[in-house]
Amino acid sequence: MARRPKSTPIRVLIAKPGLDGHDRGAKVVARALRDAGMEVIYAGLRQTPEDVVRAALEEDVDLIGLSILSGAHMALFPRILTLLKKEKAGHIPVFAGGIIPDEDARRLKKAGVRAIFGPGTTLEEIVTTARQLARGPA
Amino acid sequence: MSGAARIPPVARAIRRGDRRALARAITAVENADPSIAPVVRALYPGTGTIPLVGLCGPLGVGKSSLLSALIGALRAQGKTVGAIAVDPSSPFTGGSVLGDRIRLERRADDDGVFFRSMASRGEAGGVAATTREVARLLEAAGFDVVFVETVGSGQVDVAIREIATTNVVVLVPHLGDEVQTLKAGLFEIADVFCVNKADLPGSELAARDLAELVSLGKGRDNWAPPIVRTSTTLPLGVSELWQAIASHESFLDTYGGRLAGERRRLAAEIAGRLRDRVGKDVSERLERDPELRTLLDRVVARRTDPMSAADQLYRDWYRRR
Repeated sequence: MARRPKSTPIRVLIAKPGLDGHDRGAKVVARALRDAGMEVIYAGLRQTPEDVVRAALEEDVDLIGLSILSGAHMALFPRILTLLKKEKAGHIPVFAGGIIPDEDARRLKKAGVRAIFGPGTTLEEIVTTARQLARGPA
Repeated sequence: MSGAARIPPVARAIRRGDRRALARAITAVENADPSIAPVVRALYPGTGTIPLVGLCGPLGVGKSSLLSALIGALRAQGKTVGAIAVDPSSPFTGGSVLGDRIRLERRADDDGVFFRSMASRGEAGGVAATTREVARLLEAAGFDVVFVETVGSGQVDVAIREIATTNVVVLVPHLGDEVQTLKAGLFEIADVFCVNKADLPGSELAARDLAELVSLGKGRDNWAPPIVRTSTTLPLGVSELWQAIASHESFLDTYGGRLAGERRRLAAEIAGRLRDRVGKDVSERLERDPELRTLLDRVVARRTDPMSAADQLYRDWYRRR
């Protein structure tokens, strides 16, 4: 299906795969994306990769944002990318944030995660990147 | 006119149960993408027969948790469920956080459920302008029951009445005294009352106040809304809530209310669509069309008034056609 016209709201799924104890960071990002005019589907904590992919497809999102603190990113993120491809939805851009060591970040990017935001990233940067990923360069 | 050959492939895919086609069609409907109109039209004849259940009530009463519990109860009976959960769009940025999926508990591989979050996109009344059409898409996709959870509503957010065949008003203990239940608006649109969070003290009193309200006079169409106490934490009353919904649905079938209700809702939909189009058209013309600009100028200069201007427009402009 053709890329949606720029006037329609960007739909983005924010989810926390795995067993993290809190979701403050994900909520801060969700709120920033909301304030940037996006429709944020907030799936919250303890999502399996299957949950994330099912939600992304039902909600027909333009973009998926994953947040993780537990250290399980090398297991969970590639699984989500694989499931998306299996569902012929590999075109949906995935970005991530949380506690992800640089070396892992490099490998995840190679595996197809489009952007990774560590601690200290400004919300402005996240919003700008999210918009570009969803809509292509302005 | 609607021969099988004319049915667009997307409409066929939706009928077949293609979930991706359904998800994309919903987005297109939300975005008023003109390419989806033939699909919506092709699917319309097969709709209007299933229970379309509204869940409304103030914010924080537990509508999303109840929705999840009802989905679970229906899945246990082997029924398939489509669900739409509406949350508000920001009047300032247009953005939205749609958080109703958080409560959803189901197996990720269960194709018997389709859950979609919707932003209200500037529409007042508790639902989005396109919620009705999205509900029809879910029906066309073959789901046995469709739920619409509204924006956490105030006293007058009653637009769900123009969509649902059975409307559940969800309340909790301590929302106010029994006089609140006499007020117009929300309490008038219940086919079923649900006192949720029945694990909290005061829920029996709240249920009694509602029973008092129901006993004060005949409801619409001789239906006395049942009152069900529920708790999703205990859990308590969820299957009773579904039974109350189902009994209203059979009441509609038995006493002919289904067709009358559908007729009323569709009349309102046609009038609403026309109102939107004419309103938009007039707003634009008042600035663009020289004749109408002059009229607006006269109103601004207090040489005529808005009521007379509207009367004149109605007479001259629309009656002529």
